[in-house]
Amino acid sequence: MLDPAVDPAAYPKVRTCPFAHEPEYARLRAEAPITKVPMAGGGTAWLVTRHDLVRQVLGDPRMSSDRRRPGFPRLSANQRPIPSVAPLLVGMDPPEHTEARRAVLAEFTVRRIEKMRPRIQQIVDGCIDDMLAETGPVDLVRALSLPVPSLVICELLGVPYADHDFFQERSSLMLRKSTPVEQRAHAVEELQSYLDRLVTGKEREITDDLLGRQIRKQREIGEVDHHALVALAFLLLIAGHETTANMISLGTLALLVNPQLLAEIVADPTKTPSAVEELLRYFTIVEAATSRVALEDVEIGGVLIRAGEGVVALGTSANRDPDAFDQPEEIDINRSARRHVAFGFGPHQCLGQNLARLELQIVFDTLFRRLPGLRLDAAIDDLPFKSDANVYGIYEMPVTW
Amino acid sequence: MRIEADLDRCVGAGQCVLTAPTLFDQNDEDGRVVVLVTEVDDSAIAAAREAVHVCPSGALSLVDDR
Ligand code: SF4
Repeated sequence: MLDPAVDPAAYPKVRTCPFAHEPEYARLRAEAPITKVPMAGGGTAWLVTRHDLVRQVLGDPRMSSDRRRPGFPRLSANQRPIPSVAPLLVGMDPPEHTEARRAVLAEFTVRRIEKMRPRIQQIVDGCIDDMLAETGPVDLVRALSLPVPSLVICELLGVPYADHDFFQERSSLMLRKSTPVEQRAHAVEELQSYLDRLVTGKEREITDDLLGRQIRKQREIGEVDHHALVALAFLLLIAGHETTANMISLGTLALLVNPQLLAEIVADPTKTPSAVEELLRYFTIVEAATSRVALEDVEIGGVLIRAGEGVVALGTSANRDPDAFDQPEEIDINRSARRHVAFGFGPHQCLGQNLARLELQIVFDTLFRRLPGLRLDAAIDDLPFKSDANVYGIYEMPVTW
Repeated sequence: MRIEADLDRCVGAGQCVLTAPTLFDQNDEDGRVVVLVTEVDDSAIAAAREAVHVCPSGALSLVDDR
C-alpha cells in the first residue's frame, strides 16, 4: 500500500520489505554517513546513517526535539504540528523535558515494571485463552498484538478498556502518513477531549493508577497541572498502543519463519530477553521519533550543521551498521544487541522501553509454549505490511495452530 | 576502577540496571540511578563498561584512580 504522493527520491525511504532494509542506507553509511537529502515531507534535512553518529546527534544538547521549531524535519507532507496539542515529552527540550520526565519516571523504573509481570502474564494468558476458544485461522494482530499492550497501558493509566476501540482507531489514523492533516487534527481533538474528561474525573475522585498518583503527587507539592496531565496521558496512550503491538506481530513472524531460532528460545527461555533485544534491533520500527533541529551551528562527523537545519538520526540504519553489529542482516539471538537505538538514545530515549521489553518477553514465551503448532496462514508476500505508517508493522496476520 | 554517576544528566532509562543489576539500581522517587557498587573489581569491569556504553545520557563514567 504505497502512498502515491511519496516521492521515491525523498527520505526516509518507504520500507518495502520487513526483513531487508533500504540498500541505499548501506551506501550512505559507507560514503556519506551524514548528508543533506530531500525529505518526503518537503524541504531538506541532514540524514545521519552511522551508529556512532546517530548516538552522537541524539545525545547532543544542541539538538532540539521541539517539533514546533522551524526547520524540524517532516517525514511526510501531512505531518505538521497540530497547535491544539500541548507539547508532549518527546517534543520538549531540557530543562522543561527533564522535569516533566522525572515526574513520571518512578512509574517506569526496571523494578516497578517487573512488579507488573504477574498481571501482564494474566493478560497474555487471557488473550491466548480467547484465541484457543476460536477455531483458527485467527488474526494475530486483533487477538494478541493489539489487545496486550492496549490492556496494559489502559490499566496502568486508569483508562476504561471498554473505550479501547476508540483509541485504537484514532491512534492508527494518526500514525498513517497518508491521513490528511484535517483528519489527524480531528482525531487528536477527540482523543484530547476524552482524556480531558478522564483527568477531570480523576481530579474529583483520585483513583489508584498512574494518573491518580500523578494528581496526588502534584497536589502534595502544589497545584495540579491539568493540561500537562492530559498531554502525558495522550503520549503514553499513543506510544503504548501501536509500537509494542507491531513488535509482537513482526517478532512472531520472524520466529515463525526461522524455526531454528524459535526452537532455541523454546528450549531455553532464559534466551528470550536477548532475543527480544535482537528483534528490536533488527526491526527498528520507529523512524519518526529521532528527528532533531540544530539550535546552533554544530559540527558532527566533520560536517557543519547550521542552526535551524533539520537532522534525521536514522535508527533503522544505525541498527544495521556493520561497524556496530557483526553481520547486521542476520537475526542472531545470542549476540549482545543492547547497544541498539531502537528506543532512541540520549535524554529522550523511550520512557516505556522496559515495559515494552517485559511485554514482548512474556508474549513470546507464552505464545509458543501454549501454541506449539502455531503457523502463518498466509503467504508472507500477501501480508499487509505498514509501509504507509510512521511506525512499521503489520495490519493483519492470519495464524492457525 | 570507580563508577561515577552524574545525577544531573541521568534520565532514568534504567539501561544500567538491565545491563548490570548487581552494580546499579534506580531510586523510587524519580527513577534516577543509584550506584550500588562504586569500586568495581576486575570481574565486574566488563559489565560496568557495557553499562557506561548503553547509558543514553552519558551519566555514567568509569574512572581509574591509579
Ligand atoms: S542508564 Fe544512564 S540515564 Fe539510565 S538510569 Fe542508568 S545512569 Fe541513568
